[in-house]
Order: sequence, then C-alpha cells, then structure tokens
Amino acid sequence: MSLVELSNVVKRFGALTVLDEASLSVEQGEIVAIIGRSGSGKSTLLRCVNGLEAIQSGRIVVDGTVVNEPGTDLRALRQRVGIVFQSFNLFPHLSVERNITLAPRVVKHMPASDARALALAVLRKVGLEEKIDAWPDQLSGGQQQRVAIARSLAMSPHLMLFDEITSALDPELVGEVLKVLEEMAREGMTMMLVTHEMGFARRVAHRVVFMHKGKVWEQGRAAETLAKPNTPELETFLASVLH
Amino acid sequence: MIRDLSYIDVLYLIAAMRWTLALTAIAFLGGGLVGIVVALLRTANWAPLRWLGAIYVHGVQGTPLLAWLFVFFFGLSIVGITVSPWLAAAAAYSIYAGAFLGEIWRGCLQAIARTQWEAGASLGLSTAQQLRYVIVPQAVRIAIPPTVGFLVQLIKNTSLAAVIGFVELTREGQLTTATTFRPFTVYLIVAALYFALCFPLTRWSRRLEGRLHVAR
Ligand SMILES: Nc1ncnc2c1ncn2[C@@H]1O[C@H](COP(=O)(O)OP(=O)(O)O)[C@@H](O)[C@H]1O
Ligand SMILES: [Mg+2]
Repeated sequence: MSLVELSNVVKRFGALTVLDEASLSVEQGEIVAIIGRSGSGKSTLLRCVNGLEAIQSGRIVVDGTVVNEPGTDLRALRQRVGIVFQSFNLFPHLSVERNITLAPRVVKHMPASDARALALAVLRKVGLEEKIDAWPDQLSGGQQQRVAIARSLAMSPHLMLFDEITSALDPELVGEVLKVLEEMAREGMTMMLVTHEMGFARRVAHRVVFMHKGKVWEQGRAAETLAKPNTPELETFLASVLH
Repeated sequence: MIRDLSYIDVLYLIAAMRWTLALTAIAFLGGGLVGIVVALLRTANWAPLRWLGAIYVHGVQGTPLLAWLFVFFFGLSIVGITVSPWLAAAAAYSIYAGAFLGEIWRGCLQAIARTQWEAGASLGLSTAQQLRYVIVPQAVRIAIPPTVGFLVQLIKNTSLAAVIGFVELTREGQLTTATTFRPFTVYLIVAALYFALCFPLTRWSRRLEGRLHVAR
C-alpha cells in the first residue's frame, strides 16, 4: 500500500474550490516534486496530508491512518509526518536546542539529557551543530530553515512535507538548504515537496506532479515530464518559469 | 469641630493605604482568574464560547463598576442575602477587572501569529501544549505593559469601594479634610501616596520587559 493516498479530494474555502477531486499517491521512499502556478492548491494539498486543513469530500490515507475521519488521532499522525514551511516558523522565544527538543520532550516524554543528544544529532544532519545554543534571530534565513528541518527530523518522521522552503531565502542561501534535502533523499526519506526549483526537481525528485486549478493535472517521471510535457497547461507553465 | 492638620493625620492616611493595597490585590487576583477564562473563551475555536466571552466583556465594560458594587452589597441585602463588604468588593472587582484583563490578554494571544500554532500542531503538540509552550510564553512578554497599566488604573479605582464602607486612602482623605478643612494639603498628600504606589510599578514593568526581551 502507498504511504500517502489521496482520492478525489475536494477542499473549499467558502465558495472557492481549491482542491477539485485531486488524486495522488506516494510510495514509501519516493520523492515527489509538486509544481504549479501560484494559487493552484499546492500548499493546501500538503496541509491536507497532515490534517492542518479539513476537507469537504474524498479520502486521505497517510501511513495507514485515514486523515479525514472524525475520530482520527491527528496528533499521533503528525508525530510521523513532518512539515517545513516557507516562513520557517521557528519558536522565537526558544533557543535552537529547545526548538528542536520541545516536541520530543513534551509529546514523547524524552528525558532532558537524551534530548540534547538528539538535538546535536539532527543538527549534525543539517550541518549546524555549533548553533545548538543560538537563538533563532541570531541565524540567517538559510540557517533558520535548516533548524526547522532538524526540528522535524527530531520526531523521526516517516514522511516529510516541504512547502516552498527556499522561496523566502536570498539566492545565495538556497543551495545550503537544497543540499540538506539531497542528503535526506540519499537516506531514503519519503518526501513531498512543493518547489519552484526546477533544476532541483529534475535532479532529485523521482516524480513530478503538476497541479492546475486544484487538480493533479499531469504527473510522471521527473526528467521526462519536465522535458516533454503532455498537456499544453504544463508546457505553458514550464515556459513561464524557465523564461 | 475643626482641628489642625498634624503628622498623626498623615500617619492615618498612610495606614489607610493598606486597604487600598488589599482591595487592589483581591481585585487583581480575582480579575486575573476571571480574565484567563475570558481570554480563553474569546479565542476559543467553538463560536458559542466566543459569543459567551463577548457578551460578558461587553456587558461588564458597558456598566459602571459602582453599579456592581451596589448590586453585590446593597442589592443582595435587599433580597435577604447579607454579604460582607469584603465579599461584595471581591465579587464586584473580580467581575470588573476580569473583563478588562481578559480583553488585554485576548489581544496578546491573538497577536501571536497563527503560524506559531500551526508549527506546534504539526509537531504533534495538543492545543493545550501549544498554548503553554508556544503561545503563552510569547504573549506574556507583550502582555506586561498593558497589564501593569491596568493594575495602576485598578489601584486608583479601589477608591470606589468607599461607597460600601471601606475607609481606604481617598475616603480617609475625605474624612481628614472634614475635620481639618485643609483640602489642598490633604489631597496633595493623598495624591503623593497614590503616586508612590503607582510609579514604582510602572518602572518595574519597564525593567521586567527589558529583561524578558534579553532572555527572550
Ligand atoms: N485559509 C484560507 N482561506 C481562504 N482561502 C484560502 C486559504 N488558504 C488558501 N486559500 C486560497 O486557496 C487557493 C490555493 O491556495 P494555495 O494552496 O496556497 O496555493 P499554492 O500553494 O499553489 O499557491 C488560493 O486562491 C488561496 O487564496
Ligand atoms: Mg503555496
């Protein structure tokens, strides 16, 4: 069974239909890049996967859990599904260490001594061990985003969701964040990532999903789909992002 | 009988401050408890709870504190329930301060970005844990200046308790004036005593704010 399975998902905000019978499945270990114009529903799709948005109809199954059922334990699900946002969303009143260890300590009841070791271990993965005692506002955007990734990794997720995590960064800081993603890809993490970095998508993603008007409009193997789109909409989109 | 103003009168005025302080403490504690509930109601996800909070706040803010003091002290005795002045004051001031503190704290909670709640939720924290570890610590920082500002107002508003028999600072000033006919001097002293209570609070709030900022 797929790790993520969305079937005919409909999501509306008032009268606006943002996801219109969207269907998508993601296999264990797969890296899926989600592309599409602004407003096509990419963020909403990711947010539905970890239950941040409730849906109107359809079905979402993630890691064996039906997300859109009234009795679903979303907290348990979210411990297994990490999400990283465009705007980092670190906790500004907590040090890097406390940002990372808050959930392991509070949610998983990890003792403080183990928690620091865990913080060091995940910071090593993002190359920021020496920042363990720093405060978020002392870090560059790229460093903050890497801490946000480390914070998610500390929960040992089965699936990671990334929503345009390099879009708020200065161009020279994008590379350091993408490098962390590539490393995670090598380690076999299942990832769904919304991105505008087409080069990165071609290189790292197994599959590209093009969203248009709230639907999964076209999808396929990354290199092929980007080189030879089947639909005029994807062709137009690619022409606009690649100039 | 008119007599001269002596330093004994000043000592009486200072002694009367203890009732001002005691009333303030009761009002702040009671109002703080009510205020926490009000702030949580006003920020609740379930709309009927928010309406309940709104009705309370607007009801209390739209009525004079004096009216609440009268209701609890004289009103209840008319229907046969005797309440001590302390109980009446505690009830009236808690209701009054709770509405204002609740509104102040609601604003501080809502000043914390929705994305902070989401970041907590995405890590598996419960709503209560998001509040306790993510939202409240950040909200407290911005809540200090307006909370202390209200506390200073509260100190001055305890003078209203004179209507149900408390001889606190302002009332003691009135009584002293009645026997000495030296209103200018007496009220100058009264004002100075209020200032001595309020000014250090404001200063302390500034310091605390600065310290919390450095320690994040
Ligand atoms: N909380 C919300 N309330 C109302 N409309 C929203 C909300 N979130 C997103 N939308 C709307 O849904 C549409 C899709 O948004 P989004 O999923 O963020 O698109 P994308 O990430 O592809 O740019 C947009 O038109 C956006 O304005
Ligand atoms: Mg988006």
